[in-house]
Amino acid sequence: MSDFTMPSLGADMERGTVLEWLVAPGDVVHKGDPMAVVDTSKAAVEVETFADGVVVDLVVRVGSEVPVGTVLAHLGPVGAAAPAPAPEPAPEPEPTPEPAEVAAQEPAATTGHQPVVHSPLARRRARELGVDLASVAGTGPGGEITREDVEAAAPAAPPTPSTVPEAAPATTPAARGAGRPRVTPYARKLAREMGVDPAAVTPHDGETVRASDVRAAAIAAPAPAAQAPPPPAPPPGAPPPTGAPRPTAAATRAQTMRETIARLMARSKREIPHYYLTTTVDLTDALAWMREQNAGLPIAERLVPAALLLRATALATARHPALNGFWVDDAFVPGSGVHLGVAVSLRGGGLVAPAIHDADRLTVTETMAAMRDLVTRARAGRLRGSEMADPTLTVTNLGEQGVESVYGVIYPPQVALVGFGRVVERPWSVDGLLGVRPLTTLTLAADHRATDGFTGGRFLATIDDLLQHPEEL
Amino acid sequence: MAARRRTPAKADPAAEHERELLRTMLRIRRFEEACAELYSATKIRGFLHLYVGEEAVATGVMSVLEPDDAVVSTYREHGHALARGVPMDALMAEMFGRQTGCSRGRGGSMHLFHADTRFVGGNAIVGGGLPLAVGLGLADHLAGRPRVTACFFGEGAAAEGEFHESLNLAALWHLPVLFVCENNRYAMGTSLAHEHARTDIALRASSYGMAAWAVDGMDVRAVEESARQAVEAIRHGGGPHFLEVRTYRFRAHSMYDPDRYRPKAEVAEEKTHDPVTALAELMTSEGRLTDRQLATLEKEVAAEIAAAVEHAEQAPLEPVEDLTRFVHSDRTPAEVT
Amino acid sequence: MTATMVKTTYREALREAIREALQRDERVFLMGEDVGAYGGCFGVSLGLLEDFGPERIRDTPLSESAFVGAGIGAAIGGLRPIVEVMTVNFSLLALDQIMNTAASLQHMSGGQYAVPLVIRMTTGAGRQLAAQHSHSLEGWYAHIPGLRIVTPATLEDARGMLWTALEDPDPVLVFEHGSLYNLAGEIAADAGPVDLDHAAVRRPGDDLTLITYGGTLGRTLEAAEELAGAGVSAEVVDLRTLRPLDDATYLGSVTRTHRAVIVDEGWRSGSLSAELSARITEQAFYDLDAPVERVCTEEVPIPYAQHLEEEALPQVRDIVAAAHRTLGEQP
Repeated sequence: MSDFTMPSLGADMERGTVLEWLVAPGDVVHKGDPMAVVDTSKAAVEVETFADGVVVDLVVRVGSEVPVGTVLAHLGPVGAAAPAPAPEPAPEPEPTPEPAEVAAQEPAATTGHQPVVHSPLARRRARELGVDLASVAGTGPGGEITREDVEAAAPAAPPTPSTVPEAAPATTPAARGAGRPRVTPYARKLAREMGVDPAAVTPHDGETVRASDVRAAAIAAPAPAAQAPPPPAPPPGAPPPTGAPRPTAAATRAQTMRETIARLMARSKREIPHYYLTTTVDLTDALAWMREQNAGLPIAERLVPAALLLRATALATARHPALNGFWVDDAFVPGSGVHLGVAVSLRGGGLVAPAIHDADRLTVTETMAAMRDLVTRARAGRLRGSEMADPTLTVTNLGEQGVESVYGVIYPPQVALVGFGRVVERPWSVDGLLGVRPLTTLTLAADHRATDGFTGGRFLATIDDLLQHPEEL
Repeated sequence: MAARRRTPAKADPAAEHERELLRTMLRIRRFEEACAELYSATKIRGFLHLYVGEEAVATGVMSVLEPDDAVVSTYREHGHALARGVPMDALMAEMFGRQTGCSRGRGGSMHLFHADTRFVGGNAIVGGGLPLAVGLGLADHLAGRPRVTACFFGEGAAAEGEFHESLNLAALWHLPVLFVCENNRYAMGTSLAHEHARTDIALRASSYGMAAWAVDGMDVRAVEESARQAVEAIRHGGGPHFLEVRTYRFRAHSMYDPDRYRPKAEVAEEKTHDPVTALAELMTSEGRLTDRQLATLEKEVAAEIAAAVEHAEQAPLEPVEDLTRFVHSDRTPAEVT
Repeated sequence: MTATMVKTTYREALREAIREALQRDERVFLMGEDVGAYGGCFGVSLGLLEDFGPERIRDTPLSESAFVGAGIGAAIGGLRPIVEVMTVNFSLLALDQIMNTAASLQHMSGGQYAVPLVIRMTTGAGRQLAAQHSHSLEGWYAHIPGLRIVTPATLEDARGMLWTALEDPDPVLVFEHGSLYNLAGEIAADAGPVDLDHAAVRRPGDDLTLITYGGTLGRTLEAAEELAGAGVSAEVVDLRTLRPLDDATYLGSVTRTHRAVIVDEGWRSGSLSAELSARITEQAFYDLDAPVERVCTEEVPIPYAQHLEEEALPQVRDIVAAAHRTLGEQP
């Protein structure tokens, strides 16, 4: 007994329809004899048997479409008693296996479906129409939300400008989305690295935010969120950051900066478990040494106490690398050098913290010059992108404002911030004798994920010690 | 019956040779039948063009070639490959798309290749193999090697530009190429008279200045004799020769072909000239083949095919990581000769 | 020690390369229409027939398909043919052999038949040869796996690419831009084979990357010079090999400059320039500071009249304008 099955007559043939039986039960057939005519959807083809035998029964009716491999007829051995001819095959013997197509044609269930997949077009229409995608039932394949679904959901959504006149708030998603300038991929990447919100950057050509616009914005913005490793220097050929005068008002820039500071500082306090240490440093020797130095210097080159403090901090930072670097992806990444961020308040409001690169390798005089240069350029808005991008530790000095101590907020992803307060004269006891001495309050805000208080304490002690031996600075 | 009256002379080399021709034709016939069944059972996929009815052409021509000669073939080339000596295991494994296939499963039915027997492939572009054969002939000519390249194609190719370009070039440069036109009268579904203004293909070939003649392709001994004359002439500096071998395919063009373009009566009539049974009957009537010998032959061929199918079923697949292998040569320039 | 320099032209450099190959390897021969007595349609093989004879400098009938196919067969048969096709437009008559046989044989034979064949052809416009002798279809060929496509644009490459191509076990197509044959200059007297694997930076720069090859290299360098005058530093990358593309070189440049302008004499739609643009977008998207610009030939069969032909082809001004667009500037 053997089976005569629906043959495959082409690589793309999956099903065939029996158009005609060329044999009947009881017929003796030989290998190669045509058995039936099959419609392959391309043509009607006579199909042959590959075995000799007697047709026992025909199991598929004329007109039935069945998959390749389905048994169409049974053949018995030649010489066996021919069975009583069955006039017609049983009606639809094996119900044609219908694959999953049927199910697929059903509209996909929409209840509780997470609209994780939707086209950019649907997404854009949703934004334009103020439709919350989470509330839309998708009718597309797999419950996907289509443009029609979004548009159908629109009337239920908050009023759109077309239905409500002037009263419509200008801050609807539609209004915000409409005039937003484009941002190039590289500018977007750079903005992320520099901690700038690309949406808040004004493009110099009025249309597209490019890398140069981001760099210009970063200068006006506060402390950058540097990534490790630091980004490369800007291409020398790029338009200088300050090239074109901003068409935007200073107020807009201040607003932008405020938003950026808000975002960064909120992030810092949200993510960074700060710990704070304080020590009071006697600056008697340091200031005496400074005055000695200044005696031989022209006024323009004279040192100020801040230069000594920066210098001492730079040297101490080099000796305590655990505080010099970044917390990235749940791990500490050491900085590639000691790049001290110097917090500079701007006259128009706001704050920037550009870096003095490799501060541990500068002399006090060079540190002074670097600091002076940085402050001047920061206030003139002429900082370089790289200066904005890569401080490894920030120093803030609010002494000018009369503040005695600063408990700073760390600039993410840095892991420490050093604060100096005003230099004040206070009664101070040394070796049991009371005297009046110039003092400053040195503070450290540090990320407890990266270091513990022990490290921070030693760091402060090192700064103190260095300031007691100014000639070594 | 006739065969029983005379004892076949086993030592007769001519008879022995005829039995080998018969064996080759039977191997091709049964192989093709097995392929048809395996295709219906979805073991073999793609396009499948069977050679049933045309066995005498490949068998007769290959019989006179030397191992150093080259063969360029078409997409209906299972028979050519078998007759040339490509192992059946490797052919069946190729049909199954397996790693041990003669083209490592990358060619399939239409692209059988076998460097060991200088079988330079099934070419599935009608007429596409002719320029290649001319080039193989050119290489032999420039290297001064007494080799012959046999190039098979159908009568449909005679309508292609490459046919005429290649015949002209081979004749112009006097190259050692045997052109074998397998005229089975249908280019897929288009009959000879329907596509050629002049249906005498050999006559047209001769206009390029090469010896060309037609031969009965249902008679393996006639094909062999013609091929022998041509190959000897070529090998001795006679330049290209052209055989138009008139044959017929008993099955449709491919497995998907409903065969609507030719009358059933014509097919039935042609089947009475079956080259396999013709030779068997001739040998039997002349006492060079017994029924028992034929039965043994059939059994041996069936066993070989069963073993080939078994081999193919078991053969490994080419690893997917090797997908892009052989797009460029693995070999260094020195290794490519 | 500096190498001795000699004066040459692109045409002579090609001829010397063929001569060297014929001398170094007796399996090498040159075949094509009018390569012998005529000296080659563009004069490249002038004089070689006298030196090497008609068997190795082999004139063919006007049968592109047959003689390209014969080149394939001869390569399989153990020779190292150099097949010359007059122009890329004519090569379409042999496209079946190039694509269905030369490029496919190795793979569809499961690695049994390599095709060590070199096909040289002229490409490109600029000589008022109109719509059937002027097209730049090398990008089409670069679509085909199994082929290597090279485009010598300098004297060194004209001199050095052939031998390396002959050593390649696979088919190599050499596209010689028709406007380059008279290119004159100096090369080292001992100039020899060059690699075919790497693109070359022909002019370093920082602000943007101009990517080109073959016939448009000269104009692209001119454009870079003009840009330099405007304070823009453009890097010029000569692709040299169109398949396989040396992604590292041009992507490295774009990643650094953040801007790319592709200069391709082919048409824009479905082209090599489209492929380059796609790869840049795929692999350097986040480094782009401007959309990729393409300077291509106008989508028209190349017209005869000089002013029309010129208008159709990429010109220096088009390249400069595209460069400025990537900088967000008006030129």
